Amino acid sequence: MLGEGILQGLMETARNFFGSYIEKDRLTTVQYPEERFELPEASRNFPFLLYDGTDPDAGLRCVSCQICEKECPPRCIHIEKSKDKKPDFVGKQQFYPAVFDIDVSVCMSCQICVEVCPFDAIRMDKVFELSTGDRFGGLLWDKHELSKSNEYYRQIHPVEAAETDERRTKEKADAQAKAIAAAAAAAAKAAAAAAAPPSDASSNGAAHPNPSKPVTQ
Amino acid sequence: MTVAGLDQIFVTLKDILVAHTPAPLQTIVGILITIVPIIVIFPALFAVTTILERKGLGRIQNRYGPNRVGPWGILQPMADAVKSLTKEDLVPRAADQVVHYLAPLVLVGASFLGFAVLPIGRNMTAVNLDAGVLFFFAIGAGTELAVFMAGWSSRNKYSLLGAMRAIAQMISYEIPLILSSIAVVMIAGTLSPTLIVERQAAFSHGLAHWNLFTPWGLAGFILFMIAGTAETNRSPFDLPEGESEIIAGYFIEYSGFKFALFFLAEYLEMFAVSGLGITLFLGGWSSPVSFLAWIPSWAWFFTKLLALIVGFIWIRGTMPRLRMDQLMNFAWKFMLPMTLVVIVSAGIWRFLPVSFGGSAALGGMVRWLVCALVIVVPYVIFARMLGRGNHIEKRVYRFAE
Amino acid sequence: MSENLLEIDPIAGQGEIMEISMGPHHPSTHGVFRMDVRLEGEQVVRLKPVFGYLHRNHEKIAEHGAYLSAIPYTDRLDYLCSMTNNWGYVLAVEKLAGLAVPERAEYIRVIVAELTRFQNHAGLVGFLLQDMGASGTPLMYAFREREKVLDLFESLSGARMMCNYMRFGGVRVDCTAAWLDDVRRLLPALPKFVDEFENLLRSNEILMARTQGTGVLSRELAINAGVTGPMLRAAGVNYDIRKVDNYGIYDRFDFRIPLGDHGDVYDRYMMRILEMRETVKILEQALRDIPEGPIMDPKVRLRGLRPKAGEAYGRIESPKGELGFFLISDGSTNPYRYRVRPPSMINLTILEDMCLGQNIADVVVTLGSVDIVLGEVDR
Repeated sequence: MLGEGILQGLMETARNFFGSYIEKDRLTTVQYPEERFELPEASRNFPFLLYDGTDPDAGLRCVSCQICEKECPPRCIHIEKSKDKKPDFVGKQQFYPAVFDIDVSVCMSCQICVEVCPFDAIRMDKVFELSTGDRFGGLLWDKHELSKSNEYYRQIHPVEAAETDERRTKEKADAQAKAIAAAAAAAAKAAAAAAAPPSDASSNGAAHPNPSKPVTQ
Repeated sequence: MTVAGLDQIFVTLKDILVAHTPAPLQTIVGILITIVPIIVIFPALFAVTTILERKGLGRIQNRYGPNRVGPWGILQPMADAVKSLTKEDLVPRAADQVVHYLAPLVLVGASFLGFAVLPIGRNMTAVNLDAGVLFFFAIGAGTELAVFMAGWSSRNKYSLLGAMRAIAQMISYEIPLILSSIAVVMIAGTLSPTLIVERQAAFSHGLAHWNLFTPWGLAGFILFMIAGTAETNRSPFDLPEGESEIIAGYFIEYSGFKFALFFLAEYLEMFAVSGLGITLFLGGWSSPVSFLAWIPSWAWFFTKLLALIVGFIWIRGTMPRLRMDQLMNFAWKFMLPMTLVVIVSAGIWRFLPVSFGGSAALGGMVRWLVCALVIVVPYVIFARMLGRGNHIEKRVYRFAE
Repeated sequence: MSENLLEIDPIAGQGEIMEISMGPHHPSTHGVFRMDVRLEGEQVVRLKPVFGYLHRNHEKIAEHGAYLSAIPYTDRLDYLCSMTNNWGYVLAVEKLAGLAVPERAEYIRVIVAELTRFQNHAGLVGFLLQDMGASGTPLMYAFREREKVLDLFESLSGARMMCNYMRFGGVRVDCTAAWLDDVRRLLPALPKFVDEFENLLRSNEILMARTQGTGVLSRELAINAGVTGPMLRAAGVNYDIRKVDNYGIYDRFDFRIPLGDHGDVYDRYMMRILEMRETVKILEQALRDIPEGPIMDPKVRLRGLRPKAGEAYGRIESPKGELGFFLISDGSTNPYRYRVRPPSMINLTILEDMCLGQNIADVVVTLGSVDIVLGEVDR
């Protein structure tokens, strides 16, 4: 009948009108600056560099392998390797980035840099209130602006951080165990070499322990 | 302060003020005191309506309306006013400058003139014309002219399309508008709105003699409001300003304050048409039941006006737009025959005897039934014809094997 | 008014013909899209679609970088349906490199793809009503449902729209049991929403009067023009790539393909509504049957994928139609040729034939029913 559908439509809108006052889940608006919406854990916005401990330079995990620079689809990362090395979390000497720039106005938050990094050095941040008045310089972040501590990472992505930390402690423990075993083997070799009569070392075919590798704690 | 005193408070105020002015100026002051409140109150009502509309539509769409400016956003019209006053007034170089400038003024002027004949309260008609209803419809034609002036002078194809559509629509819907009011005029026997309201203000069995409570009045009221919505280019008849197709149609080239004037004029027309509907069908300033008659007459008028405005907003939030040819079909093939049927029904109401077999109550019911039947049967017939003309069908869908 | 200032007089044109450009700035053209329409009174006598305003060199960029770096760019093709875009591309590369996908990853892919289909169709029906002037009320309802699906995507992949979720040989991260429970909790609300919208379409006379009989596309013309997706099925052709190719694990699910008879705008919308119902069925089945297991073959290299030289065409049933990716590999890390078959653009080529003889108001409604997203049309 003509008019029936229209009346049904009117009833529907009236129901929504009154419902928006009565039912809480009809009005899903979050009044922004006063109320905030909690982001889910997996949420990602722009990358940041991780450092362990409290010193951003000493604890920086990035070893400047430049894999993220190569894989970044819009090529927004610029890295320059340092000339000297510093020890990483297992004690091995690694390069570090002298310059690590990300142009955030180009970055498309695809998170491929995070996936391909073999050193857990770069992760995605969740902060989105990043407006700045300076269009070019303000959106070009250098190493210091990008470095954030592992504590911060644990706060924003607890599950991922727990996983990463577990893996890294295991790696470190393995590395230490290996180093102790290697040192014990070296000591045993040295003791054996000192105890046995001196002979042609090359005819033994035994591997020389590397004296330049320090045993660190 | 008696009930009657509160009811007549504005009339008494005016009389006092006029009495205190020197004799040669009394007519001018009297006229000014009548006109200035209209020019102040209805735009203020416009401001309230804009915020009501935005918040109402927002709630219908399950969101808050504007709520930043002032508590619950009630100062939003202030912000809108400041915005429209401070925007740059762009006039296209190729536009017809004079006509472009005059169009909003003519529109607003014509809209304001409609309020002159509406009885806003007991003894509170601005101009007590004997042919008030005729005057109202004559002024309505002025608004159509202004819309066309706006569309034509802008030298823009979109605005031209919008203006053409507006003219076709407004002219087509004038006829059901006028014809549905003819029934009331016939029964009341006068074209004067004041007298029409007074005829409806009598009570019997505690219920007023509103025209709405008769079958032809109910049908006539619905038809009048539909035609009124079309006259003022409100949704679902806002094709001339079809926002998603020709983006603002006839006022596409207006910015700043002139745009605000168009907006103002649209809402003023809405008030004027609602006001006339209230006068003709809803008993103007009278109360529906006798035990509420102590509420002042002007309060009743504005209450009814607000109710109709809420109805407009409600319909806007619900319905999509009709297409041009469907609009025309609806006007000529459905509304026009229905208004003629309403006139016939009103005639039968007038001349059918009120008592039936000696009983007045039975006679009243028989009269109601007969008139209602005279309206309902053609309604069903016309609706079927319209549906068939529109090729609307219920479809069943099959699934692939 | 000085005569020198008159450019082309819009009123005194060629007789009664008026040429309007429903230009790139328009509230209803679903993006930056222009239509040069020639009107006689209110009837359309010629319509020329002009697109390219959003061309971003997607294919060239993908050829310039490695296979992995093209995945985020595919998100931005049809930016409303990023998961299905990813799937199309990943399917093509898997064909090229001969990679197998584990069970759990296939189920996850189906779940996110069907959720994408649902939110796309919901948004589209809302936009139809918005274009027809219902001032946004149904649109708000549709977007409320869409927001729930987007929240699910955010908790799964990290981003609401540009998900970048699928990888060659699987998906990027595994979904937790909590996420699957969230989806299960969302499911009962979806049919209720579809019912509401179906009621609206079936009973509102104004809607029916405006959409029935407008923008008619015949079967033969649809097949000849290469139209795919709900537009084709509304014209009565039984062609859904999920049933034809059985890619992924779609042969395990029990769902039906709705078909229309008239090929007009009303049929296309009802197609989408009925497809939304079928989507909910598929989701229920997938959530019931999803197994535990790995989400990616550990031997697959993420970086430096070098498929053997050859070509492959991977296609899926995206919510808009047949989305295909044609890849030619020359054995190096970058594709030699990367070509996207955009369903929106191919469906758009038939716009003029559908709109001739209709009113200009119908053009907008017809364009809405084609369901274009300019990111895909222009790439």
